[in-house]
Amino acid sequence: MTVAANPKYIGTRVARKEDPRLITGEGTFTDDVMLQGVAYMTLVRSPHAHARIRRIDTAAAKKEPGVVAVLTGTDLEATGMLPVFIAVPGMNGSKHMPIATDKARYAGDAVAAVVADSRDAAKRAADLIAVDYEPLPVVVDATKALEPGAPIVHEELGSNLVFTYPVKGGDIDKAFKDAEIKVTQRIVNQRLIPNAMEPRAVAAKFEAGELTLWTTTQIPHFVQLIVALNLGLGQNKVRVIAPEVGGGFGSKLQVYAEELLVGYLSKTLGRPVKWTEERREGYLATIHGRDLVENVEIAAKKDGTILGLRIRTVANVGAYLQAFAPGIPTILHAFIIPGPYKIPAFDVEVRGAYTNTTPVDAYRGAGRPEATFAMERIIDRLADEIGMDPAELRRKNFIPPDAFPFNTISGITYDSGDYEPALDRALAMADYKGFEKRRAEAKARGNYRGIGISTYVEICGLAPSKANSALGVGWGGYESARIRVHATGSVQVFTGTSPHGQGHETSWAQIAADALGVSPNDIEVRHGDTFESPGMGVGTFGSRSLAVGGIAVHKAAEKVREKVVQIGAHLLEASPADVVVENGKVFVKGVPEKAKNFGDISMAAYLANNLPDGMEPGLEATVYYDPPNFTFPFGTHIAEVEIDGETGNVRIERYSACDDCGRQINPMIVDGQLHGGIAQGIGQALYEGAVYDDNGQLLSGSMMEYHVPSAEDIPMFNLDHTVTLTNTNPLGVKGIGEAGTIGSTPAAVNAVIDALSPLGIKHIDMPLGSEKIWRAIRAAGEGRR
Amino acid sequence: MITHPFTYQAPATIEEAVQQLGKGDDAKVIAGGHSLLPLMKLGLAQPETLIDLRHIASLHQIRTEADGTIVIGALATHRDIAHDKTVRAKLAALADAAGEVGDLQVRARGTIGGSLAHADSAADEPAPTLAYDATIRAMGPAGRRDIAARDYFKGTFETALAANEIIAEIRFPAPAGRTGGAYAKFAHPASGFAVTGVAAVVTIKSDGTVERAAIGVAGVAAAAYRATEAERALTGTKADAKAIVEAAAKAANGITALSDLAASAEYRKHLVTVYAKRAIERAIQRARA
Amino acid sequence: MGHTVTVTVNGTSYSREIEPTLLLVEFLRETLALTGTHVGCDTSQCGACTVLVDGRATKACTMLAVQADGATVVTVEGLAKNGDLHPIQRAFAKEHGLQCGFCTPGLMITAVDFLERNASPSDAEIRHAIEGNLCRCTGYHNIVNAIRTASAEMRQAASGEAKIAAEVQP
Repeated sequence: MTVAANPKYIGTRVARKEDPRLITGEGTFTDDVMLQGVAYMTLVRSPHAHARIRRIDTAAAKKEPGVVAVLTGTDLEATGMLPVFIAVPGMNGSKHMPIATDKARYAGDAVAAVVADSRDAAKRAADLIAVDYEPLPVVVDATKALEPGAPIVHEELGSNLVFTYPVKGGDIDKAFKDAEIKVTQRIVNQRLIPNAMEPRAVAAKFEAGELTLWTTTQIPHFVQLIVALNLGLGQNKVRVIAPEVGGGFGSKLQVYAEELLVGYLSKTLGRPVKWTEERREGYLATIHGRDLVENVEIAAKKDGTILGLRIRTVANVGAYLQAFAPGIPTILHAFIIPGPYKIPAFDVEVRGAYTNTTPVDAYRGAGRPEATFAMERIIDRLADEIGMDPAELRRKNFIPPDAFPFNTISGITYDSGDYEPALDRALAMADYKGFEKRRAEAKARGNYRGIGISTYVEICGLAPSKANSALGVGWGGYESARIRVHATGSVQVFTGTSPHGQGHETSWAQIAADALGVSPNDIEVRHGDTFESPGMGVGTFGSRSLAVGGIAVHKAAEKVREKVVQIGAHLLEASPADVVVENGKVFVKGVPEKAKNFGDISMAAYLANNLPDGMEPGLEATVYYDPPNFTFPFGTHIAEVEIDGETGNVRIERYSACDDCGRQINPMIVDGQLHGGIAQGIGQALYEGAVYDDNGQLLSGSMMEYHVPSAEDIPMFNLDHTVTLTNTNPLGVKGIGEAGTIGSTPAAVNAVIDALSPLGIKHIDMPLGSEKIWRAIRAAGEGRR
Repeated sequence: MITHPFTYQAPATIEEAVQQLGKGDDAKVIAGGHSLLPLMKLGLAQPETLIDLRHIASLHQIRTEADGTIVIGALATHRDIAHDKTVRAKLAALADAAGEVGDLQVRARGTIGGSLAHADSAADEPAPTLAYDATIRAMGPAGRRDIAARDYFKGTFETALAANEIIAEIRFPAPAGRTGGAYAKFAHPASGFAVTGVAAVVTIKSDGTVERAAIGVAGVAAAAYRATEAERALTGTKADAKAIVEAAAKAANGITALSDLAASAEYRKHLVTVYAKRAIERAIQRARA
Repeated sequence: MGHTVTVTVNGTSYSREIEPTLLLVEFLRETLALTGTHVGCDTSQCGACTVLVDGRATKACTMLAVQADGATVVTVEGLAKNGDLHPIQRAFAKEHGLQCGFCTPGLMITAVDFLERNASPSDAEIRHAIEGNLCRCTGYHNIVNAIRTASAEMRQAASGEAKIAAEVQP
């Protein structure tokens, strides 16, 4: 069966089960794990972006009081290489060791490790390690890295080209030949630093042949797998625990060097080892996001009909390929660029390049914000060019609701969608019709006011395992769940997802509660411990947890329910078809007064002396769910900004969004996911950007320089929803973790450009900081003089 | 984490503190710690001895002397200053600036003495200290020494304070009759420091003519400065919109502006004119009120 | 050279011999094992480590433990009284003002100090008060709601107490 006709808990604002411990300080994050006799690891990191390592002198460091071990790359080759889980065709993979041996390839590349009795001693010893570097020429910019004569990051590969990834459909030459209007825009999607509030940390102990490793991760099972394989341990001897994890946004979607090192060192040194990242260290050593340059060309008719889209992209992958990096600018970017629009011809080519910078991988949205940004900027540029209302241009090109399932020109199939209602609701919330009056009022104040729209379709629910494989993803896209009902009737849900703020403990309990006819309060959801969960979990990223992991929970709960019904029917001497399970009771339809308690049924399952013939004792089910397709959430975001005419400072005055993620399990959590996502997207539009100098030094190297938005930078949000169920899964759910980030960046940028359009300004690259805007205004003024 | 070891002392009197400071090893004075501790955490400051002033009760006070001089102890926190009734009434530009320092937590512990001693070019309080013609009273081995604010700020992290002196208090002369002050700031988006902070203090005559204008600017140059050309341009005018704009336009004249990721020198100089205008406008409003 | 400091934390007095280099946050987390206070940065920006020191919201990463000698400190572990959550804790849960929960202790502590001095803040005042506490999950929307909700509850409780006080007057 699918979701109950009248779900009691699904769709309601159930208070979060996570909160009581988190608001009292009782939650345990990785750095809170205190181990008896622990030693602390510190890594020595290259100050040079590109340098040959001639010699490392560790003698002085070894003499420092409290030092346990000082190790260089050659001492640590037994940790094995860091993994890459995706291989796109023709990819030139990089060798990536936890500690560099031959040369440092970015500022922050680790070159030595120190373990000491205290953090202080480790740091002091690290300062005493003398590394003889031979600085090499540096390349920071991806486009330059692909030019002949550029410094080569990995000499054995012969060039910095990682891959060339084409996605084509339709007749692009004809589209541009037939075009009445062509618009071209170069777009820089700048590099971002994820800034999960909890810095990374790893702690490990090795006892009786078993390694227990606590880590700040979104994918504990992958960490377990790689640690076991690389360190030569049975997977049954590696227990990875992701305790409370303080945000991830993709930055903890890796198997990192420090995880292998801490695991290895605790095993070889015979004492617990811990490493906690400092924030500035994290700015260098934790993955960055985005960093694409795109040349976008659109072909259209004068009435706004889109004929074709041609995009050439260069993606900066940084110094090494990280776990999911090959899939971000390619699969998650190129396929979804068409968004909600009918595009008859499509020609995208993405080239990846190595540079002497921190590796780039998934950051919230991971490819989809870049795709939507390119599409939504070019749509606005086209609207401006033909003098059409941007809302109407979008509407005109929407895939109509009767066209689903819809095969996109990029080769994927949208199962469902209905884009106009979301657009219309957002326009109404934003008082789009009344905007020109507000623009005029701002002008009277000497300011510029603008409104910007973004409509998106994203791709979630990663992914059907066979589709994964076809795309080059080296692992299945299923998720696991196990539900255990104890004899007394208490329920535990073990999930393969690994939440770090998303509230799975609550949402999964709601899903299981509706299936099992009990209260979410009676259900405990456990996650992030590879010795508790089913054998393999894939983890939490790509807005996949609900549409894959939540469905696994649903299906496991359905299995348990089925057994409850069978046992209930047996005990009540009724037909299973007549048995009702609700409110913690099991009874025959119409005879609630003769109900058995849920606990009576579970007890019977374990007493096992009065079960239907042939039934196994116990009340437990495990499900590995592999989805048949991706899901495709969509929506419209509208930002309204006012720009200080004297300084160029941008403020978001109003923000409205209507999103469709299908059925909502917990609307409170859905809105929370949107709020955070929108704030991050606004961060990219207006505030954030990693800046390197030509020598590969990260100038935005701390929170003093890199602008993580504060409460004063972000507005209140007006949110609304439409609900278009997907038929891909039995709950009709899609995913909402990244929608805010995807929708908001182009909305904010389009609003700023709209504000400045009376000056003839067509585009400014992000982030739209005050000085940049001020210069654009001034240049436009000079141009018109 | 601070890895470089140091000894810690918390003397009961300023004389004792001065004596300890003079002992010759690399000693530093700590007040609220919001300038020094971040540097020590980064290893950029590695004192051998830290002299904590917190037990010296007199340094925490804000008081008014018989002649109207408002005396702010070096250990008065930004928060104390921003909320002090006398400061708000008489030294509004200082109250504004103190209320704009960093964030709530930084204001709760950071002190004016620490800020002036550290003399970060992007600190807020130097601007009103200059604009009110305050005097920095330092204690050294030879006793006390008064330094006029104008002579005090020498450069980024450079002041007229000798290595063996400690700021005891900052003395603000009572502003004359119809004086209004205001501080307007363009904050660094990430750090909260001043990219441009302008303190304007304006005294008007009964006919509305500007009798005295003082404009202190922080965040723009290596040291906080007085925008004397702008002050001269405003003095004697009726402080109408045109006069304010014309005066404000001179607020960065002759200045070598800093340049960093947050703002180029050119943009900083532009911001000075905008924020000078805004500060003057509010100061005039307050003077007229 | 070790120093003996005596600090009252969440109502309990602790005397410990410590090195002067020890930061207050390290003292709380490592010496006293009160790990509810978190460290999110190394440049005094993020506010995750905020605790009350003598009633003032303080970044415990920017204070030496020796400077807290004689002080009264309240951390997130000390917000609830006799098992009753503080209104700010209730409000954060009610309004979904937290997701991963890492920044939450610092935010709640800042809000407690702020609401002590501003019982009826505007949204703009709330946002200004928490600018030194970064959150990456919530977009601040529900944090602002939570602080507003807590202020209303605290006002109501205060007026209730005032009423009771007025009633017991002879």
